[in-house]
Amino acid sequence: MIAAEPLIEGSAEGPVLRFTDPISFWGGIDPASGRVTDPQHHAHGDSIAGTVLALAATRGSSSSSAVMLELMRGGNAPAALILAEVDAILALGVVVAQEMGYGSIPVLRLPAEEHGKLATGRAVTIAADGAIGFG
Amino acid sequence: MLTLTPEDRAAAAGEQGAARAMAMRIVAETGRLLGAGRLIDIASAHIDGCLYHGDSGVAFAERLVAGGGRVAVPATLNAGVLDLCQPGTVKADPHLREMGYRLQSAYEALGCRPSWTCAPYQAGHRPAPGQHVAWGESNAVAFCNSVLGARTNRYGDFLDICCALTGRAPEAGLHLTENRCATVVVDTGALSSDLKAMDVFYPVLGAWLGAAVGDAVAVIDGLPADTGEDQLKALGAGAASTGAVGLFHVAGVTPEAPTLAAALGGRQARETIRLTPAKVRAARDRLSTVADAAVDCIALGSPHFSIDEFAALERHLRPGKPKLPIHVCTGRHVIDELERQGRLEPLKDAGIELIVDTCVVIAPVLPAGGGVLMTNSAKFAHYAPGNIGYGVVYGSLADCVATAYDGALSRDESLWR
Repeated sequence: MIAAEPLIEGSAEGPVLRFTDPISFWGGIDPASGRVTDPQHHAHGDSIAGTVLALAATRGSSSSSAVMLELMRGGNAPAALILAEVDAILALGVVVAQEMGYGSIPVLRLPAEEHGKLATGRAVTIAADGAIGFG
Repeated sequence: MLTLTPEDRAAAAGEQGAARAMAMRIVAETGRLLGAGRLIDIASAHIDGCLYHGDSGVAFAERLVAGGGRVAVPATLNAGVLDLCQPGTVKADPHLREMGYRLQSAYEALGCRPSWTCAPYQAGHRPAPGQHVAWGESNAVAFCNSVLGARTNRYGDFLDICCALTGRAPEAGLHLTENRCATVVVDTGALSSDLKAMDVFYPVLGAWLGAAVGDAVAVIDGLPADTGEDQLKALGAGAASTGAVGLFHVAGVTPEAPTLAAALGGRQARETIRLTPAKVRAARDRLSTVADAAVDCIALGSPHFSIDEFAALERHLRPGKPKLPIHVCTGRHVIDELERQGRLEPLKDAGIELIVDTCVVIAPVLPAGGGVLMTNSAKFAHYAPGNIGYGVVYGSLADCVATAYDGALSRDESLWR
């Protein structure tokens, strides 16, 4: 079990997808499918839909909130987001999704140096208190 | 712990209508996420949410309109997905055209100024040094903080309009003086003054900076005192593309960096990076995704081309038409000025293809199916491959124009040796 800080509370489960390269959702993720479109990214071609997505760093466009909202509307969002630092751009997409009735996903904060414990493909559960459990 | 004023709480409870209530709830929730202690008044906003990314954004904007939303402060609009001045420019399918139009109409109905530009700071929207504002669009944020010395965080879509509707923003991040001091020094002393005098250097410097520092505040030392506004604009756009740079300082040039020590706030730098010619060359090479490929077109104007950048373009034009299309993306504020000065028709006669209110990486303007574009913009270079499936060759404005006339790649390598 890893204790993360819940930024937006909720429970979820899914396979880990861990990004070590920074990503901009705008220009890097297809809003209609959740597929990684940034050709220079190590996860190019993978889908973030339904994953517990661990992001060591984000970058780039302030339009990433809109991509996050569109992923939420279409059911292609990650099951949960684990951020190294508070990112008001991606979490904002989730806040707006709540207002729009598109549901919600948990958003957690976990320092980047602990992301190594989250291996891509590993099944995990997220509890409302921010606990990340290994199935 | 976020404390709201009685006025904030009343707005959130719906006393000023449903739209302002939703906006206040979103601003307050974001303030809580950011760890802000309170909300502060803002003087203006620049709205990035008017660019279509999906039907959810349209539903959001139309809900604000239906809820009686009206901006509380002056707000400009970023580039959208449509060229409203020249409807044939964007090859949008009927759904994109309809939804793009509905989205842009909704933002106008909220009282925003239909400026449709990613360079609002060159369209008359220039907040004073120290003023708190809420701006979206990463390059505009970088310019607003760094070059104007006004204070904004990197506002994402939705939060930008929510701040505009409420006139409030979370007091966090770059709104706070202590977060505006540089922690990283970039020493450019090893670079030639010839290179630093060239426009083509600044997008590369920006792209290198964003990749090197991420979201840290850097102060760049050793640039010429006469470094120009368009050079700083290109630097910021590059840095905000490859990194999450919302603020940078240039010692002796930008308003919060009269000296290196002032930019550091009197503290020691966490890190000093000595920029070398080899690092600059490597950063330049990363902006190109193809080598020795046939170039299909030239794309200029990210951020939107300024009136001065058009003057530079005009100096490179030759008699006759170019063999490759030269697309120049700009705002209607520049088109109006070109027309007033009698320069618009000559540019069109020279074969320059003007794209207004939008640009080639946010809208389907270039032929579908991919190809190779050549650009002098780090931002175009960064986003073209992922957004529109085009390969990129980076070069100076002179290189781009020469390539268009020659019909084959032409680059002056002498500067970079």
